[in-house]
Amino acid sequence: MIWDLHCHISNVEGTTPDEKIAAMMTYADRMGVERMVFYMGTNFSTDPDPEEFRRQNDEVLQALSHWHHRAFGFAYLNPKYPEACLQEIDRCIVNGPMVGIKLWVALRCNDPRLDEIIHRCAELKAVIFQHTWLKSNGNLEGESTPMDMAVLAARHPDTPLICGHTGGDWEQGIRAIRVHKNVSVDLAGSEPTAGFVEMAVRELGAERVIYGSDVGGRSFSTQLAKVYGAKISNVEKKLILGKNLRRMMEPILRIKGVKP
Amino acid sequence: MIIDVNAYVSRWPFRRLPFDDTPALVERLHQSDFTEAWVGSFDGLFHEDIARVNAELVSECERHGAGLLKPMGSVNPTLPDWQDDIRRCHEEYGMAGIRLHPNYHGYMLDDPRFAELLSLAESFSLIVQLAFYMEDPRTQHKLVQIPHVQPGPLKQLIEERPRLKLILLNSSIVGPPTLSELIAAGNVYADISHAESIGSLDKLIKIVPYERLLFGSHFPFFILEANLLKFQESELGETINAAIRWENARSLNG
Ligand SMILES: [Zn+2]
Repeated sequence: MIWDLHCHISNVEGTTPDEKIAAMMTYADRMGVERMVFYMGTNFSTDPDPEEFRRQNDEVLQALSHWHHRAFGFAYLNPKYPEACLQEIDRCIVNGPMVGIKLWVALRCNDPRLDEIIHRCAELKAVIFQHTWLKSNGNLEGESTPMDMAVLAARHPDTPLICGHTGGDWEQGIRAIRVHKNVSVDLAGSEPTAGFVEMAVRELGAERVIYGSDVGGRSFSTQLAKVYGAKISNVEKKLILGKNLRRMMEPILRIKGVKP
Repeated sequence: MIIDVNAYVSRWPFRRLPFDDTPALVERLHQSDFTEAWVGSFDGLFHEDIARVNAELVSECERHGAGLLKPMGSVNPTLPDWQDDIRRCHEEYGMAGIRLHPNYHGYMLDDPRFAELLSLAESFSLIVQLAFYMEDPRTQHKLVQIPHVQPGPLKQLIEERPRLKLILLNSSIVGPPTLSELIAAGNVYADISHAESIGSLDKLIKIVPYERLLFGSHFPFFILEANLLKFQESELGETINAAIRWENARSLNG
């Protein structure tokens, strides 16, 4: 059972969201990926206004419409507009099929404007995914580091959070969030560098490590390889490849009456 | 059957890698049906006593290679009397080729010593492997920031050397000139190690003729499975699979 936490309808053949998700599923089938979580539209926008993030979410909703048996969606939000975010959570999650949120690089996640959004997601059991990177050649202005994630996690110790990309520089990212037991790490979207997953399992335990790919910008091959090629047990691999994400999503799926 | 043209032995200085011990590396390659791996030495990027690096690479391949490992010597043309290193690779060790890391050695490809190096390699019939980068710049140690190799005049240098055999390693991010322009300029190949995005090989064979693609793993820095799985993700057919996995490398080194 493979569930992929981190997918986009970009960098793949097709002109419409429908065509793109269909092309993606062909590759997912070949690699044995059963379920995929999608967020953000066909063209990325780093600092979208509410109109733009609604448009991006509409594209994902359209892509999901024929694939509810295999695909989930997270609503893309920009926390610079907290009021509009809460409305979009209602539209996409409460009254729509989405099951979580994606926060990217518009605003660093230690900002207090995130708090209301996190509280609302906690009420709904919606999954919270925050992109993080620690780039030795410099982050974007609104791009969160894993250290920012640790600040957010300390303010919301009872809410599960996902640290996107494990901070990119995973050797620092793992350490940054290690003490915050409510934080899991996403493996997606970095080079298939040997040793990454071994360290994550050693320092966090396999229960806090979640496979994601970042397709279409990345391949399933390079990202699955991080788990397949790691010197860890098969039990740990199964947790990382699907069981952890399913466990995290089960509460909201149950509320929505979706069979996992 | 697979020939890996892009593997390394010895230690990466910034972390231990799970297969940085040569016997373990060889055993892992055997498990996945590799018949050859062309290996450089990580030491060649950082050490100034390159003659010793190459001597140790050769003895490591002989002691632990089990017929699998083929040494690709390091040459750093910024060092005094570097010409003798390439001569030793050819005459004393009978190597098939050399592997260059211009960004780690601190020269650009418009350096006249690089042109001389290519000419010497051409005259010795040595394959030249040119590594465009080793590690994502975003995760490099903050005191050791190594830029990508810029192709600069490479296209013209290739065109002027019709007998040169050149392999571009880790070359997913090349240009301008583009990867396909460099490939078309002469006897030039690229490895697949850094091909990324969904269905990466489907996309790559639209840019580079499959006859010019080679299996490269960037192992043990990368996980070996990363490049093996690309043949499952893209269904290229037996002819193209075999060409990339071993036939092209075999005929290049024939
Ligand atoms: Zn992503």
